Amino acid sequence: MIIETKNLRKSFHSRQGRKIKTVEAVCGVDMAIAEGEIFGFLGPNGAGKTTTLRILATLIEPDEGMATIAGVDLRREPGEVRRRIGYVAQGGSTWDEVSAREELILQARMYGISKTEANKRADRALEVFQLTEFADRKCKTYSGGQRRRVDVALGVIHEPRVAFLDEPTTGLDPQSRAHMWEEIRRLRHEGMTVFITTHYMDEADALCDRVAIIDNGEIVAEGTPAALKRQISGEVVTVGLDGEISTASEMLETKPYVRKLEICEENLRLYVEEGATAVPQIMRTLEGAHLMLKSITIHRPSLDDVFLAKTGRSLREA
Amino acid sequence: MKLIHDTWLIFQRQALLQVREPAWVFIGIFQPVLYLLLFAPLLRPALAPLGVTTEAEAYRIFVPGLLVLLAIFGGLFKGFGLIAELRAGIIERSRVTPISRLALLLGRSLRDAIVLVAQAGIVTMLAVCFGFTAHLGHILLAFLMLALIALMTSSISYGVALKVRNEDTFAPLMNTTSLPLFLLSGIMLPITEPFAPEWLIAVARFNPFYWTVEGTRALFAGNIADSSVWQGLLITLVLATAAIFWSARSFARSVR
Ligand SMILES: Nc1ncnc2c1ncn2[C@@H]1O[C@H](COP(=O)(O)OP(=O)(O)OP(=O)(O)O)[C@@H](O)[C@H]1O
Ligand SMILES: [Mg+2]
Repeated sequence: MIIETKNLRKSFHSRQGRKIKTVEAVCGVDMAIAEGEIFGFLGPNGAGKTTTLRILATLIEPDEGMATIAGVDLRREPGEVRRRIGYVAQGGSTWDEVSAREELILQARMYGISKTEANKRADRALEVFQLTEFADRKCKTYSGGQRRRVDVALGVIHEPRVAFLDEPTTGLDPQSRAHMWEEIRRLRHEGMTVFITTHYMDEADALCDRVAIIDNGEIVAEGTPAALKRQISGEVVTVGLDGEISTASEMLETKPYVRKLEICEENLRLYVEEGATAVPQIMRTLEGAHLMLKSITIHRPSLDDVFLAKTGRSLREA
Repeated sequence: MKLIHDTWLIFQRQALLQVREPAWVFIGIFQPVLYLLLFAPLLRPALAPLGVTTEAEAYRIFVPGLLVLLAIFGGLFKGFGLIAELRAGIIERSRVTPISRLALLLGRSLRDAIVLVAQAGIVTMLAVCFGFTAHLGHILLAFLMLALIALMTSSISYGVALKVRNEDTFAPLMNTTSLPLFLLSGIMLPITEPFAPEWLIAVARFNPFYWTVEGTRALFAGNIADSSVWQGLLITLVLATAAIFWSARSFARSVR
């Protein structure tokens, strides 16, 4: 295991007037991540993803718990951990007045890489992250997506064993996102372990080998995307109604083909064995009661359904 | 070795940023130049009680104070730049690399010291145009003292900026602390008899900048053997070292 954590905890105390308010950002996170994996941390805003990453990247000390990264104890030898990891912050990290090339060279040299080698690496990074075109322009002239690519390139220029990427694809258009996924897969191919955070379930699903779902500082589910979705067996039918949701839910709840039912905003979500046979029955029931059906969709369970099943909220609205 | 290598890296980057925004070097000397133009003409008559009879003598008393003023204020407000760097995520990015924490500070403070010496050079040159004269060797020693002051004040400023982390707190904090330091250093007028009441002299003696102003003044007056020269140098050297270590600890410590 290249990353192992035990019972990581971190709370923040902030003063609000006289009272001191405590936020438990991370409450007892246990993880084991194998070398060469793309590991995804999926969770809504404020779930504790960044805080966990900052702990693992030696930026903040945990209140409790321990972690080893690439065989090094995080608390005892943070300096050694830094040599083995790369970290890309959620908010970006470049000076306005310098160019991507200058940033990449400096970053490599901060890791003790020689001048000529740093130049070579910068050239290569500019190419693979598709930055060549504006490599010598000042960073302040870059678009948000271009900056993000520079941030990620900076985080892995020294070819660390583990890369922590905090929301690497936020702000990218679909094409750049697909390209970033390619890059992250390439990093794994080169033997790097990549730890990303995201609140896009499609990203966690498509990119990650394993996913941990985090909510309110706790890991609520963990496994490969396929295994997680398998926990939600069958299919999900979403029924859109014009009001009278509770009446409809009472009627459908008792039907034998409905395993589980949830009210989610304007919609009813029914977990069923087989959507194709359930839909006609659902329609008949609702029409029999003169309820106005607006829409009906069948889909295979997504990580969002896993999140919903574990937390009672949808990731979209969380 | 690593410390020197790392400091050089940070220094190069900070110097590059300064070169790309050269306006700040000149904005920094705007105030001293105004003093030189609009305040210095009042000095010869005002300093008559000290036995000053010529313009050149008046400048010899005033210019050193002006340069120390430049060093104190230039340094103490350097933290603004660091707060911007904190906000841009640059400090965090540096802190996850194995780069020496002391280098993160030294690279910045050394850049500040060198910029200050350049500014002091420009101001001194202007003063020469107005009739100020001094021995070159003495001026260079005075510049060393100024560089030490800039190292000290900018380190303190960076340390404080890392602690308060926002401009709204930082600006008033620096303003209120620098004003008494400034008034009690004898920059505008020497805090000596027959000018100053005894209690004021006694209080000023607790201000390290009082000693540096005295020392610089002695140098500009050509009294290199005066005890205030080595006292001033020693005090700034000790305080600069202490400030650097204090501030480097802030860089090293895990912060929010
Ligand atoms: N320095 C801090 N002081 C006080 N509270 C903090 C601090 N940093 C984080 N928190 C709180 O801790 C919780 C977790 O924050 P964190 O940044 O880890 O969330 P996140 O999962 O990264 O969210 P997002 O998807 O929005 O980036 C939040 O409630 C946040 O307000
Ligand atoms: Mg975050």
